[in-house]
Amino acid sequence: MTAAVFFGCAFIAFGPALALYIFTIATEPLRVIFLIIGAFFWLVSLLFSSLFWFMARTITDNKDGPIQKYLLILGVLVSVLIQEMFRFVYYKLLKKASEGLKTINPDETAPSMRLLAYVSGLGFGIMSGVFAFVNTLSDSLGPGTVGIHGDSPQFFLNSAFMTLVIILLHVFWGIIFFDGCEKKKWSSLLVVLLTHLLVSALTFISPHYGINLVSTYLIMVLMGIWAFFVAGGSCRSLKLCLLCQDKDFLLFNQRSR
Amino acid sequence: MEAGIQQRPGLVLSPRCPVAQPRGPLGGVMGRAGLPGKLAGTARSARRCQKLFQALLPPWLPGAAAGRTLRLGQHRGAGGASQGRAMLTFMASDSEEEVCDERTSLMSAESPPPRCCQEARQGLEDRESAAQWFQNTRARHRRAHHGGVPWPSPSGFPQRSQDSEEDLDEDADRYMCSGVPGQPSGLEEELTLKYGAKHVIMLFVPVTLCMVVVVATIKSVRFYTEKNGQLPYGAGREQSLQPAISLSIYTPFTEDTPSVGQRLLNSVLNTLIMISVIVAMTIFLVVLYKYRCYKFIHGWLIMSSLMLLFLFTYIYLGEVLKTYNVAMDYPTLFLTVWNFGAVGMVCIHWKGPLVLQQAYLIMISALMALVFIKYLPEWSAWVILGAISVYDLVAVLCPKGPLRMLVETAQERNEPIFPALIYSSAMVWTVGMAKLDPSSQGALQLPYDPEMEEDSYDSFGEPSYPEVFEPPLPGYPGDELEEEEERGVKLGLGDFIFYSVLVGKAAATGSGDWNTTLACFVAILIGLCLTLLLLAVFKKALPALPISITFGLIFYFSTDNLVRPFMDTLASHQLYI
Repeated sequence: MTAAVFFGCAFIAFGPALALYIFTIATEPLRVIFLIIGAFFWLVSLLFSSLFWFMARTITDNKDGPIQKYLLILGVLVSVLIQEMFRFVYYKLLKKASEGLKTINPDETAPSMRLLAYVSGLGFGIMSGVFAFVNTLSDSLGPGTVGIHGDSPQFFLNSAFMTLVIILLHVFWGIIFFDGCEKKKWSSLLVVLLTHLLVSALTFISPHYGINLVSTYLIMVLMGIWAFFVAGGSCRSLKLCLLCQDKDFLLFNQRSR
Repeated sequence: MEAGIQQRPGLVLSPRCPVAQPRGPLGGVMGRAGLPGKLAGTARSARRCQKLFQALLPPWLPGAAAGRTLRLGQHRGAGGASQGRAMLTFMASDSEEEVCDERTSLMSAESPPPRCCQEARQGLEDRESAAQWFQNTRARHRRAHHGGVPWPSPSGFPQRSQDSEEDLDEDADRYMCSGVPGQPSGLEEELTLKYGAKHVIMLFVPVTLCMVVVVATIKSVRFYTEKNGQLPYGAGREQSLQPAISLSIYTPFTEDTPSVGQRLLNSVLNTLIMISVIVAMTIFLVVLYKYRCYKFIHGWLIMSSLMLLFLFTYIYLGEVLKTYNVAMDYPTLFLTVWNFGAVGMVCIHWKGPLVLQQAYLIMISALMALVFIKYLPEWSAWVILGAISVYDLVAVLCPKGPLRMLVETAQERNEPIFPALIYSSAMVWTVGMAKLDPSSQGALQLPYDPEMEEDSYDSFGEPSYPEVFEPPLPGYPGDELEEEEERGVKLGLGDFIFYSVLVGKAAATGSGDWNTTLACFVAILIGLCLTLLLLAVFKKALPALPISITFGLIFYFSTDNLVRPFMDTLASHQLYI
């Protein structure tokens, strides 16, 4: 394992998130703060999930065997539930904060709920990706041979791609989730929860990377399309954007230039 | 000389710029170091700065520098721009020339308003940590131009109704940067919010940088995680024993005991000793300050900065070079350390560009944190962290707390406190004499942005900024003059140090686990955010340590014991949550 693997995997996993951060979040202090608070909420949800798993393990007295695997699966599923719960809690907090800001100053300076949905999704995603991957990354700098005992030699690449897809999924889930909460469409929430459970469950078949990754990416693309429409995009606006004919966007850019 | 800038008589310009009579073109501060050029009197000081820099290589005596600044201070003091006192006592920090330095300008120019939140705490090595507070000089200027207060105090501000000097005492508690007088309250709050978020980020960045430096060093240089006596090199052993000996005086109870209870007891005793040393030093400092032994305090601060900038840097550089197996000869090393240290002394205690000053403060905080991480025993370090946040809480909030008394004394005397030990992130806004109204809010902000980015201290040439800063001067008499001055946030260096100690220890002892480090980092940032939020709500001085350290400790222990096994198990099975 070399520096090439380290940098390659690091940029695969975190490149898009870093780009999103630099271009959309880093310029506005308020967004940075909301991002960090989102990361903190994910961290707290992880804490509770670990606590649950730890308690379950101590209850079963740490016996080895298949029970540990079942406990782990249960831990993963409960963790997904807790994460979505904390996403909801964060939504409530942001709603209160936005309302507070709006009463304080009627002039619009507070970020809109859609923007906050994106920022919170990114916060969750970055924290989740970092926690999942950074220890593996730091191991990739050290000496070793991957797959020497018969495991797949694509371990790092697979982890990197998986981390990337999780980060993007969190962004899309955030957007869809908050929109569902805003419009009181509880079916959206349910779908987010179910897809999250599905994605985590797919990782249970982990040695078979192909199926795992491909299906997760499919889900990501679907979620992305849904989030795009939920966030107000449309086929027409997409076409205009791609053909550089979106007058509002061009005017906006020129003005800021 | 600036012509054409009309100043309302009695209007104080920039308290920061050492200006005697000539009122600056901007009529306001530039709190940048060396932005003196704007004002006539400051051209002289710029030349003096230049000479000082040129005199750097041959060792200059602190006394000479002090003498120089004393002279300058006196010279300027005569100008009447100040309150007639040329604050010579705090050496460079206090003289009016000193005010040019934006660090000190933030400190010195702003005499903390009564009951204001300037806190200084004597850290172990004289590193002070202070509460943080927002500064708004708007009210100051308003006060200035209404009441002709010669030395604008930073005070707190607000706004709508301040018309007399009595307000100086009234709004001591209002630290929020609020809006402009005469503006609707909504706008004020909006400005509050906007500035609040900017200030939070202005503190996030240096805190993050300090932690990054500490964590990077801990992870790469083995020296700082080795316990004493395991050094392979003879020279290193001697070097490292000196701080070890001094620190072991503070933590005499060893932690090498077999039983857990004994170890815990020893760490608690170590903590008691350390905290009592800190309390004693703080009280000593307050007593010295009360009895105006400024020279002694200043000498103390100079000694500790010297030690940090030279000795600890030398050790640090030595260890880094050893780690990467880079050979460096002694003359080069001497030259490097000498330049680094000398420029640091000048930047921290006298004048220097803001960014350089901030960089030096971050570096010395990181060095100090590394020393703590290396020489404090394991459990003692955690207990000390907890105890010191309790102490901070008590010292800052209790009416008889030493820090509170220090601040109140400083406010009574209208003096700044210990500029060398507080990190200031000045956002210098040009003194726009434009009349502020809601419609021109945007206009007000635009002019200052580019200027804010500029580092206009140029010690080696004539300052060229007079043409840069040209705010429009509308018709003046009778206008509501709103001058936005610096709005900076200050955080004591002790806070930086202890945050970095926490994160560094998490990195050092977390068995190579990055999750723990990251969790502590996020927890500390969130604590800082909450503290700033509370500051906005309560508008008085607040200790910066308790919330962050509490979160940090909670997250360290829970992540290390609960989350780490969970994530490790997940990673080993390649499961993703």
